[in-house]
Amino acid sequence: MPDNAWQKCKVCMTMLYADELEKTSYVCPNCDNHLQIHPRLRLKNLFDDGQFEEIKYPSNFSDPLNFKDSKTYRERFNQAQEKTGMDDAFLIGMGKIKGIPTTIAAMSFGFMGGSVGPAGAEAMVKAAEHSVTFNTPLVVFTCSGGMRMQTNQFSLQAIPKTLIAVDMVKDAKLPYIVVLTDPTSGGVSASFGMVGDVTIAEPNASIMFAGASVTKNTTGETMPEDVQKAEYLLEHGFVDQIVHRRDIRDSLAQIMSILLKRAA
Amino acid sequence: MNTYLDFEKPIESLDSRILELKSLNESNPSDLLVDEIQEIENQINTSYEKIFSSITPWQRTQISRHPQRPKTRDYIENLITDFYPLSGDRAFSEDKAIMGGFGKFRGQSVLVMGHEKGHDTYSRIEHNFGMPKPEGYRKAQRLMKLAEHFDVPVISFVDTPGAYSGLGAEQRGQSEAIARTTECCLSLGVPIVVVIIGEGGSGGAVAIGTGNNVLMLENSVYSVISPEGCSSILWKDTSKTAEAAEALKLTASDMLKIDVIDKIIPEPIGGAHRHHLVTINNTGDAIENCLNVLSNQHGNELKHSRQERYLQIGRLGLFSEKTTTANEVLDNKYGKSRPQQPFYLNTKIQIFFLICVALIILFFYWNFN
Ligand SMILES: [Zn+2]
Repeated sequence: MPDNAWQKCKVCMTMLYADELEKTSYVCPNCDNHLQIHPRLRLKNLFDDGQFEEIKYPSNFSDPLNFKDSKTYRERFNQAQEKTGMDDAFLIGMGKIKGIPTTIAAMSFGFMGGSVGPAGAEAMVKAAEHSVTFNTPLVVFTCSGGMRMQTNQFSLQAIPKTLIAVDMVKDAKLPYIVVLTDPTSGGVSASFGMVGDVTIAEPNASIMFAGASVTKNTTGETMPEDVQKAEYLLEHGFVDQIVHRRDIRDSLAQIMSILLKRAA
Repeated sequence: MNTYLDFEKPIESLDSRILELKSLNESNPSDLLVDEIQEIENQINTSYEKIFSSITPWQRTQISRHPQRPKTRDYIENLITDFYPLSGDRAFSEDKAIMGGFGKFRGQSVLVMGHEKGHDTYSRIEHNFGMPKPEGYRKAQRLMKLAEHFDVPVISFVDTPGAYSGLGAEQRGQSEAIARTTECCLSLGVPIVVVIIGEGGSGGAVAIGTGNNVLMLENSVYSVISPEGCSSILWKDTSKTAEAAEALKLTASDMLKIDVIDKIIPEPIGGAHRHHLVTINNTGDAIENCLNVLSNQHGNELKHSRQERYLQIGRLGLFSEKTTTANEVLDNKYGKSRPQQPFYLNTKIQIFFLICVALIILFFYWNFN
């Protein structure tokens, strides 16, 4: 039996079986906690009949810094590919949501903490190009600890690069919709994550610039637990709605159909 | 009171010896003293040359944070005349971690802004050690839009450990502020020249560090995470800062190799913290050169070349696809015109011309001899 056949819900500590979680899109049947979901399953559950075309992006391994800490970057990268079955932290797909052709880019925290490196930056460019070329809205599901340390500047400069990508979609008057999922932080929230035309969040998702430990170390302040949660961001004006995972498909279809002025 | 970094310790006694001799020379002038002062100054230069010949990235990081290193305020005081400071984001408050205003740079009207760290305990606290809160970034947006409105170029000095990560900053949307400020830099219709004068700390630096030209002082650093942060996350050990600094490739020469910056501004022997005026004037010259070139470009050209610059970063040597739909979209949006050089500077045309001249000379030579 594979290791990932079961996992523990961090909130209610119930042991949950993968078979069972697949049926609920990785929402805890016991306490409704939204666990991380593999992008492939997420896309399958969002698109009509589970059908979508995967869009490849330039994701060849590159290690410009020749980075090594306790492990080499290549080791960490290969492990992440094996673990997730993905090229890098993004999965891009095009399909239809209730008949509306849509491009979705979804991130996997399992791939090196969902960190964005040079390939991640190109993934956002590719997704935006695809959306503009095929005249579809772009929906991004963020799930990331931030920018990838192992490729330093190639990651940091993804902030402007991904914003240029998003700008293309906005210029084409196509909806750019962000869905913030648990967790979203650092350079990802400080770039394409926070500039959606419409921004929704999954319940109880942690969304922040800096993690509580960073805050503690640099400022000595203790971050109250509720501050960096989706509900708090809604209250403070940074998120439009909080939507349960099972309702996200309906929610996206509704807003996209209005913005694209489709016949009801 | 001067601060000496660990590896600068040998200089300390020499410096104090010079001070002694100088005060002696004042009360009792003598050529012998002057000679001895000169001799010690030579020794200092030799020591520094030795230090810098084998300087490590971690040592550069320490220099970039040196308390006596010139700060944004020093650059403004020395390079900008008629400085007219502007404050506040018009929504929440004033944030002194980013200072800015209008002024004249070598006769030309400019908007100047930058992270300010402060120079003593009191001013460091006042400026929050150069760590802006969302209102600081929103003020920067306000200032940049004013610059665009009045069609004056922007000079931006980067010197921050990073964006402030406290409770209030999170409450007021630090992430959104950084994202929108970077967007503002990308879409501005006037030239932006950025100089990284000390620490380029991650997203907090990028937010006002995205421009047409990015220059960097020789001993400045620029990184997605501090060596301390990287050491504790990846090595799970806070003492591996030197290894982390090495691995991160965060120095100016590293940045130049990968086109994140356009030019390194050299620092005099010993570093900027020992030679404020020379460093600041060198920086002024470099800024002036950039502005001279950029002033020939119009709004759309400036946006176009700036956005192309950031699209290309990371592609060189990494991806076979260098030009993508995104580049074409930019071409369509801002017009294809790229700055063209005069035809007579084209190498092929020059060679063709030279060959013609040679043939004509040969022709006459053969006919009249
Ligand atoms: Zn549960």
